[in-house]
This record gives sequence, structure tokens and C-alpha cells, in this order.
Amino acid sequence: MIKHIGVIIEQDNGIMKAANLGMITMARQKHTILFALVMDGSAGALKEKLSSFGISTIIEIRLAEDFQDNPDVRAKAVAKAVEKFELSALFGLSTAMGKDLLPRIAAILDGSLVMDCFDVDLENNIAGTSRYSGKTLAKIKVRGPVPVFGIRPNAREPVQEQKSAGIIQFEAVSLDSKLLRVVKRGETGKDSKISLTEAEIIISGGRGMKNGENFNLLFECAQKLNAAVGSSRVAVDSGWVPYAMQVGQTGEKVSPKVYIACGISGSIQHFAGMKTSGMVIAINLDETAAIMSNCDYYAKADALKIIPEITKLLETS
Amino acid sequence: MQIYVCVKHVPDSAAYIRIIDNRHIDENITFLLNPYDEHALTEAVRVRDMHPGSEVIAVCLGKEDAEKTIRSAMAMGADRGILILTETGHDSIETALILKTAIEEDGVPGLIFTGKESIDDQGMQTLFRLGALFDFPVVTNVARLEILAEKALADAEFSGGVVKTYEMSLPCVIGAGKGLNTPKYPTVRDVMRSRKSPVKTLLLPDLKIPPAQARMEVVELIPHLQKRQPVEISGTDSDIAQKIVQILKDEAKVI
Ligand SMILES: Cc1cc2nc3c(=O)[nH]c(=O)nc-3n(C[C@H](O)[C@H](O)[C@H](O)COP(=O)(O)OP(=O)(O)OC[C@H]3O[C@@H](n4cnc5c(N)ncnc54)[C@H](O)[C@@H]3O)c2cc1C
Repeated sequence: MIKHIGVIIEQDNGIMKAANLGMITMARQKHTILFALVMDGSAGALKEKLSSFGISTIIEIRLAEDFQDNPDVRAKAVAKAVEKFELSALFGLSTAMGKDLLPRIAAILDGSLVMDCFDVDLENNIAGTSRYSGKTLAKIKVRGPVPVFGIRPNAREPVQEQKSAGIIQFEAVSLDSKLLRVVKRGETGKDSKISLTEAEIIISGGRGMKNGENFNLLFECAQKLNAAVGSSRVAVDSGWVPYAMQVGQTGEKVSPKVYIACGISGSIQHFAGMKTSGMVIAINLDETAAIMSNCDYYAKADALKIIPEITKLLETS
Repeated sequence: MQIYVCVKHVPDSAAYIRIIDNRHIDENITFLLNPYDEHALTEAVRVRDMHPGSEVIAVCLGKEDAEKTIRSAMAMGADRGILILTETGHDSIETALILKTAIEEDGVPGLIFTGKESIDDQGMQTLFRLGALFDFPVVTNVARLEILAEKALADAEFSGGVVKTYEMSLPCVIGAGKGLNTPKYPTVRDVMRSRKSPVKTLLLPDLKIPPAQARMEVVELIPHLQKRQPVEISGTDSDIAQKIVQILKDEAKVI
């Protein structure tokens, strides 16, 4: 039997996040037809791109202006689309936005949800995710109607497949949220503008950065590399950087293609957040630091000197 | 106001996790209060102290040993505890149903706190299911909370430095993030006092939980060791920088 799979496209200020394409690739399995759910009024602009990654139908969910940003209303709209288009499973990104949206959808559907999946097998309804702060991988069997899968960004390399997607307008009428309202959206200021969970490259600093000022060295280098800046808990607890930058067990779980750890010892709790990175490069003064024996490349050196050198090289190239 | 804080008894983050029979872990390790729940408790106590006549109740679904986590919660300021005794694990769907039933059996929630996730199952969803069962609004990863007369304002942190302020009707469910506060270590006196605070034990069968329509079950656990084979980059600072840029270009192909 052919399954209709809904893929929730995540956008940021009207731009489709790159991580969507890997997610679509993962959803494209035997006996599936893919429906992209687009909620930010840009289905037309995305048509070509989504078609080239195997989307058959784009469902443009139209929301009242006031509710664009409201995760409760968005969740209700998606649940309505599930019913209308007889979707049998949903994929969404396990990003900060996804963590605020997908559980709401699963709660409405009263169905299963597995977050942070690195793999999904739709034939057997089994999702691969991590448990125990990344110390184990778990295969989770989901039962019941319309499971929702939160996909870890960068978990799958995007692969093209040409389709010709049609667009269906879907007016999710009379949706309201009496309980929850968004009253403000702002930025905290000092923080990398690139989202940690989606970045291809992350440069992280730990106690070895010595103070908050020195993090500017990382920000400057990150700008040249189009990277995000992360940190260990020590840097957060010392007040050098905001909590949103913390990687680890009690911070973000990231899987960039490259993770550069500067002055980070590699505690078990830090590893919990970055061990699924593609390549790990450690810069540390201490050759015996844990991270030096569990990385791909290590340099026994002063991060405060190496990072500006890298920035300089990128400026001239 | 009755403020309920859902707390979970989880393996110590530093514990070595040993898998037995491909599906379970060897539980012969230290378990303690889920780190995010410490933030939930700290905030609940703060709100209680601003609203005279309120009480903080720690609720935990767990095995016998989980009483320790309830005691920790009381050492951090909870007035009393409820332990729903179980012999097995439960998925988030069941957990939410059980917690809801236990809370309803106990009183009338004015506020419900949880951590934004538990560090063992990392499900990130129990609080949303709880909210849906009660028909209460939910905000997760809360970094600032303000309780007003008839509503709550909660700042939720997103990546990329974005903060959204949500307004919720009361009662509501708050998923505590790390940015919310700095939990204080309990003093010896706190710990002593917590030993005398009351804990009510409920037996799961007595709650008569109806079966759920969906289920999530761990069918396999695999250790995630991923031992990497480190290669040294050496030379002068500028040599090292050059080699790193080379690796980013040629091997990782990210620039
Ligand atoms: C419940 C719990 C949850 C936790 N959650 C997290 C989490 O989410 N994330 C996290 O990171 N930690 C977490 N921790 C803390 C963790 O245990 C470690 O304390 C922390 O990761 C250490 O941070 P660090 O590597 O920056 O500091 P350190 O361990 O002090 O390491 C600093 C390193 O910098 C090196 N160094 C110093 N100067 C330089 C220099 N100039 N150039 C290069 N190297 C230099 C040193 O050799 C050393 O190896 C948690 C702990 C607990 C108990």
C-alpha cells in the first residue's frame, strides 16, 4: 500500500532551511508519496526545489496573519491537514522550532513521536535515535495512528530525485488559540546568528578561552567559515556566553559536519552533545585531555593563537 | 495555589551505561533528580513564596528507588511528594496519562512544572501531552517566567539567539530550561527536613489508567562508542592553522 507522508518544511524569515532537503531524502522510501507542508506562504517559490528532491504535492497551509508564529495554531493546522490528506506519518526537523511544534502535533493526534531521529524505517515503523545522553543508540518501534518523527538536522545527505510537484491550497479555517499567544519575538544580542543545530561547522570554546572577550576570536573566525559558535558549560556558567550556546548533555545536541573544540577537555557530558559530529578537531594545550584521544584531528596548541591564524588565512584566501 | 512539579529519577549523567539483553540498561548505577527538573523546582518554589498559601508538590512516576529523587525535590523546597510506584518503564504517552491522573486525584493544579526534557529518554514531549490532557497551554525551554493575576508570561529560548515571549492562560504547563534560574545546593538542614516531609505512595493499578491508542517501545539499545582514531596536527601555530584550513577544504569539503 502506498503511504502518504507529510514533511513539514521549516523556514526562517522566508528562507527554506537547508536541513529540510536531508529530511525529505530520508522520508523518500519504498511505497511512499511525499507531501510537503508549507506554512509561510512561499509554496510557489519553493516548488522547483521541492520538486527536485522528490516532493509530489505541496500543501500550502494558509494561516491568519495573527497566528503565523503561534505553535499551537500551526500544530492544529497540521493535524487538520493530516486528516484531510490522509497522511500516515509526519516528518519535521528536530530543531528548536521543531521541539516547540512537533510535540504539540503529536499531543493533538494522540500518536507516537520520536525526536532527534537519525534514521526512520517506515516499512517497520522503527526510528533510530539516541538515549542516555547519547551514550546509546535506540531503535524505537512506534504503534498507533500517524507517528511523528523529528529528524536531526544533517542526519542524511540530501539526494535529488526529480518530480513535478503540484500545489494545493489548504485553508485551515476557524483555528484559534485561546490558551497561548505570542506577544514578542526578540534576539538576545551576543550570540552566533547561525543556529547551532543546523550549522555545518561549529567552533566551540571552553574554559581554555579564559574569558568572554576571547570568544570574539571564535565569532570572527566563525563569520569567515559560515560557522556557528558553541561552548562548554564552563563558559556558560562563567557568564562568558549565553546558555543558548551550550553544547552537551544539558545543552544543544549537535551533529555538524565539522566540530572544532577549542580549550575544551571533552567531558562525558560535553561529548553527549557533539559525539555525532562528522569530524572533530581538537585544539588543546594538554595532550592528555580526554578530547585529544577521541577526535579525528588534534593539535597540542594554544587555541587563542591558532584561531586568529585561521581567521587570517581565510581573509587572504 | 497548588503547584505540581513532575520530577524524574534518571541515571547520573556521568554513569557508565551498560546494556543488558539488547533492550534495557543495567540499573545498578546511581540515579538522581533529572537536571532540568532542578530548574523546574527552583522556579516552583520561587512562585510559591510569592503567592502565600501555595504549596509545591513533587510528583514522580518511578520504581521504589525513585523516592530518593522525591526527597531531593523536597530538599530543594517542595512541601510534599507523590510517588506513583511502577515496576517497568513507560513511554511518554502513558507517563502523561499517569501523571495527569495522579495530579487530579491529589488536588487542583494552578501550575504544572516539568524539565524541558529528561536526560535518559530525551523524549521532549511528556509536558505537551500533559498539557493536552488537561487542556492547559504549554511552553518549553522557558528562560523567564512571570505569573500575573490571570495569565503567565514565559520567555522561551530558541537557537540563533531568538527569544519568544508567550502569554498563557492559567493554569499552564512550564518546561524549565537551564536559563530559567540557578538552582541552589540544599543545605544539610534542608536535607534533614526533607527526610520528614510526607511522601504519598500510589500504586499504579489503583489509578486504573486506560490503554493508550499509540505506543512507543524500545526494541533495541546499542552502545554508542564511536571511537575515533586521532591524527596529530603539529608544527608552528601558523603550520597548524594552515593544516586545519586544508583539512576543512580538502577532506571535510565544508569551505
Ligand atoms: C549534570 C551535568 C550536566 C552537564 N552538562 C554539560 C553540558 O551540557 N555541556 C558541557 O560542556 N558540560 C556539561 N557539564 C560539565 C562537564 O562535566 C565539564 O565540567 C565541562 O564540560 C568542562 O568544560 P571545559 O571542557 O570547557 O573545561 P575544562 O574541563 O576545565 O577544560 C578546559 C580545557 O582547556 C584546555 N586549555 C586551557 N587553556 C587553553 C588554551 N589557551 N588553548 C587550548 N586549550 C586550553 C585545558 O587543557 C583543558 O583541557 C555537565 C555536568 C553535569 C554534572
